[in-house]
Amino acid sequence: MLKSENNIFTNLHGQKPFHLKVAKSRGDWDATKTLIQKGKDWIIQEIKASDLRGRSGAGFSTGMKWSFMPKENDGRPHYLIVNADESEPGTCKDRDILRFEPHRLIEGTLLAGFAIGAHIAYIYVRGEYYNEAKILQAAIDEAYQAGLLGKNAAKSGWDFDIHIHKGAGAYICGEESALLESLEGKKGMPRLKPPFPAAFGLYGCPTTVNNVETIAVVPTILRRGGAWFAGLGRPHNTGSKIFSITGHVNKPCNIEEEMGIPLRDLIEKHAEGVRGGWNNLKAVIPGGSSVPLISKDVCDTVLMDFDSLKDVHSALGTGAVIVMDKSTDIIKAVARLSKFYMHESCGQCTPCREGTGWMWRMLERFVKGEGQIEDIDLLEEVTHQIEGHTICGLGEAAAWPVQGLIRHFRHEIENRIKGV
Amino acid sequence: MTFAFTPENQTKAEAYIKQYPDGRQASAILPLLDLAQRQSGGWLPHPAIEAVALMLGIPLIRALEVASFYTMFNLKPVGTLHVQICGTTPCWLRGAEDLKTACENHLKIKMGETTKDQKVTLQEVECLGACINAPVVQINDDYYENLSPEGLIQLLKMLGEKVENA
Repeated sequence: MLKSENNIFTNLHGQKPFHLKVAKSRGDWDATKTLIQKGKDWIIQEIKASDLRGRSGAGFSTGMKWSFMPKENDGRPHYLIVNADESEPGTCKDRDILRFEPHRLIEGTLLAGFAIGAHIAYIYVRGEYYNEAKILQAAIDEAYQAGLLGKNAAKSGWDFDIHIHKGAGAYICGEESALLESLEGKKGMPRLKPPFPAAFGLYGCPTTVNNVETIAVVPTILRRGGAWFAGLGRPHNTGSKIFSITGHVNKPCNIEEEMGIPLRDLIEKHAEGVRGGWNNLKAVIPGGSSVPLISKDVCDTVLMDFDSLKDVHSALGTGAVIVMDKSTDIIKAVARLSKFYMHESCGQCTPCREGTGWMWRMLERFVKGEGQIEDIDLLEEVTHQIEGHTICGLGEAAAWPVQGLIRHFRHEIENRIKGV
Repeated sequence: MTFAFTPENQTKAEAYIKQYPDGRQASAILPLLDLAQRQSGGWLPHPAIEAVALMLGIPLIRALEVASFYTMFNLKPVGTLHVQICGTTPCWLRGAEDLKTACENHLKIKMGETTKDQKVTLQEVECLGACINAPVVQINDDYYENLSPEGLIQLLKMLGEKVENA
């Protein structure tokens, strides 16, 4: 369990106002100038030493990502993009950072921007977060007035501007290259990679895209040292993480915990347990809707980090824990996710555009007990036809929940079809 | 029917365009379409899209592509209260279906429809990203969280009265 002295997000539940003066009393903006004056190499080195992995789902090493940016400026500007297009079902951690701890994010944006040689950052906030974006803008305005942004930001000698760019309702824009297309004023259709954004990103310039939570932990890591962060959790699964616990629990919540905490502890200590008790648990989707569900026997022992969840054929994803008790129609729960992916497919790649709708229709038939037993294998076959055959990860994200359903609850689909 | 930004919105639009480097004004299409939608009463008539395309110097077809790609742009009129019920699994697990049924019964319309008096549009939407407070409903710009069917109907009545009196 995370000791309270190791908490990064001390205002995650909005206990105090977000304003600059109060944020400073929490430690935000404390000697930011000194951190910047230690230089880019030092910042990137500390982040590498912390072994921080991206908090948006893929879990890529943040220090490594930053070091892909060109060291010297070739005349093209560098850009930092903060991905606040939070839309993964089950996930609402970034929202609480935006509205309760915006200064932590803004300071992190300055530090990360400096480290990758950027003078401009865009924070891409999902359009539905209208009130959250307003709070973030108010915090940015405060930072400008206090000289923490703009020319010679925080008296560091580095000029830095932050703009908010609001989305307009498209899950796919959380994919980094789709986000860049959207930011350029186009439909959010993912780009082929390579080239990667570090070489050819926004407007064809070197660009780094990071998640809100990833950027917001940067100031604390730099103040307390990469070794401190690396000392939490397990090797290559370091630090603390915000988990969103939703679904059939007694007290759904966002909670910052140490990586590697047992799933059962996480649910029982922070969400007051599964509705009706632990034995009433049916399944958990442990990392946002895109990862395969795990059944209760796996939930009994699994640890919440990247590698542990990978070992049980699932993933940490965004750390959004969707809990389902025994009353759940699990086929319907996954069918509803398939509908989500059908709605959110950008339509660019045929396997995803056609396959997501096909999976949804097939699952809806299973919900009603229609179809044949052989159709289950056919459905699984289709998930493999989608997976790995698309430009971006939405294909996998749509296929994996269905595969997880078949892996753990094939008997339930069979029984429904047989009418027993 | 023609469309032109009000002087106040024109100023806002120009400020948005300035957020992006010279020659990259197309980036401002999302905020400008949003502004145009707000000015047009919650939806985007064709002339509004044309005006935005013209202002940004981009082909009309590209503006139409964008307007039709993003779900927050309404290409048909919506009611004064745009009630968007999140139906994705985390909200579904906590009673989103009951909210949908309660609204349909109360308003006597189906999901996706608008009341005859144009006051309320009812719509199911995908994950709103407030899942710890499921079930969640967005009405115009605001989120309403942890809703029971009774609470939501009461809220609709209250907001309905506000609209009447406005």
